[in-house]
Amino acid sequence: MPLYKGIYDITIVKMNSMKRIYMDHAATTPLAPEVLEAMIPYFTDYYGNASSLHSFGREAKEALEDARIKIARLINAEPSEIFFTSGGTESDNLALKGIARRNRKKGNHIITSSIEHPAILEVCKVLAKQGFEVTYLPVTKEGLVELTTLESAIRKDTILISIMHANNEIGTIQPLNEIGGIAKERNINFHSDAVQTVGKIPVDVKSIGVDALSISGHKLYGPKGIGVLFVRKGVKIESIQQGGGHENGLRSGTENIPGIVGLGRAAELARNTMLDESKRLTALRDHLKDFVLNRIEESWLNGHPTKRLPNNLNFGFKYIEGESLLLYLDALGIAASTGSACSSKKLSASHVLTAIGLQPEYSHGSLRITLGQSNTLDDVDLAGQAIEQSVIRLRKMSALGPR
Amino acid sequence: MSEIGYSKKVLDHFMNPRNVGALENPDGYGKVGNPVCGDLMEMFIKVKEEKIDEITFRTFGCTAAIATSSMTTEMAKGKTLDEAVKITRKDVADTLGGLPPQKMHCSNLAADALHLAIEDYRQRAEK
Repeated sequence: MPLYKGIYDITIVKMNSMKRIYMDHAATTPLAPEVLEAMIPYFTDYYGNASSLHSFGREAKEALEDARIKIARLINAEPSEIFFTSGGTESDNLALKGIARRNRKKGNHIITSSIEHPAILEVCKVLAKQGFEVTYLPVTKEGLVELTTLESAIRKDTILISIMHANNEIGTIQPLNEIGGIAKERNINFHSDAVQTVGKIPVDVKSIGVDALSISGHKLYGPKGIGVLFVRKGVKIESIQQGGGHENGLRSGTENIPGIVGLGRAAELARNTMLDESKRLTALRDHLKDFVLNRIEESWLNGHPTKRLPNNLNFGFKYIEGESLLLYLDALGIAASTGSACSSKKLSASHVLTAIGLQPEYSHGSLRITLGQSNTLDDVDLAGQAIEQSVIRLRKMSALGPR
Repeated sequence: MSEIGYSKKVLDHFMNPRNVGALENPDGYGKVGNPVCGDLMEMFIKVKEEKIDEITFRTFGCTAAIATSSMTTEMAKGKTLDEAVKITRKDVADTLGGLPPQKMHCSNLAADALHLAIEDYRQRAEK
């Protein structure tokens, strides 16, 4: 008789017969009903081109400028400093390429971190091929950029520092105010990818002293396909996409008015609910963290214990592989994410988990849970139980587990 | 999740793996893979009259690694050793209705573990 008795104690229920719980809000968020409501007229009734002089065009232009004000308010910027793009990736491309190329006469050195999103790291690779020098700062095991490391990396020819506000995988929040202070003191342009923070925690571009900042619509209950690059007045930046001269010549292309209206409404909602919601999510986050770490042996939390996004958890589990865990959770109705190599297109371990010093055999068993508006205490309890069951089940069949 | 190109059969063997666990005092044992790469498989066999009488596996790895392990045990059970040793990685993948291309190499090692287990049995039998 084989020794696998007990493995089937856990019933994996068919997915279509139960409630599904979405806990992957760092990947994307659902559109808020209020946002959809605000957008709909701009598909059907107010479909004018904001560049047109007639009344149809003026209606669109009015909506465009209204949204610009709402987004500016959320991050304490001036409306004229808000530039609409197609999303976070385009904003990152525009900021890095636009600032680096425009300031090339001043120098060709760029500083970024080793845990940035690919929308930064891949752009840096391209810029490096074009002759720019890029320094990738290491991070601590909690995922923090150290100010002394940053300061010692600065050279006379450094023209741009780009450090993300919070990391999308492990949720660590960087000391942006301090980094902004260092950049300002040395007169270096400072960009931050704030895709994971805007709408979740307060972002004040004036107090940070940031020169450019990327925002994505669909991470804050807005639509996909719309984003913003904040560019502080006076910052030298050139366009990377030319055409009809929209967005003050920085980003040509007919404005996506429904998307822009949606993002404006989402920014307005976020501004009203952010503080309460972040408190609520932090409590849920810590509840789930305690449950998992107390119940499951040889588990740990990746990232910083306190300097982390209110909705982010990134667990590590020994002896199991993340993709398997993800799909077991999926079968139990829980949608999450993993940094496991086996789940990536490139079959390489997460660069973030590698940068915080996790050995490959341990980075395979990572699980990212990112909570959001729809999640309740019941959801979090269910998720905790599902994680425990799935980890036990996979460990029982693992060749690394105890016999 | 671009990798979710898994067939229904792969997901069935993943969710309901057959022949899981370690055999006590196996007649043959094979182990392949490396935890650093994210896949490690063990096969245990018991042999009666040159046929695979019992076969179980233990796998650390992704969906494909678990499903191919389970499938391999099902394909090998009851076969003669000469038949079982001819089961290839491709046979396993085909029987599962195919695997995503990026999973064909790293996670499809179960047939190798089976071959090692048979080899182990034969070496023990010679002694």
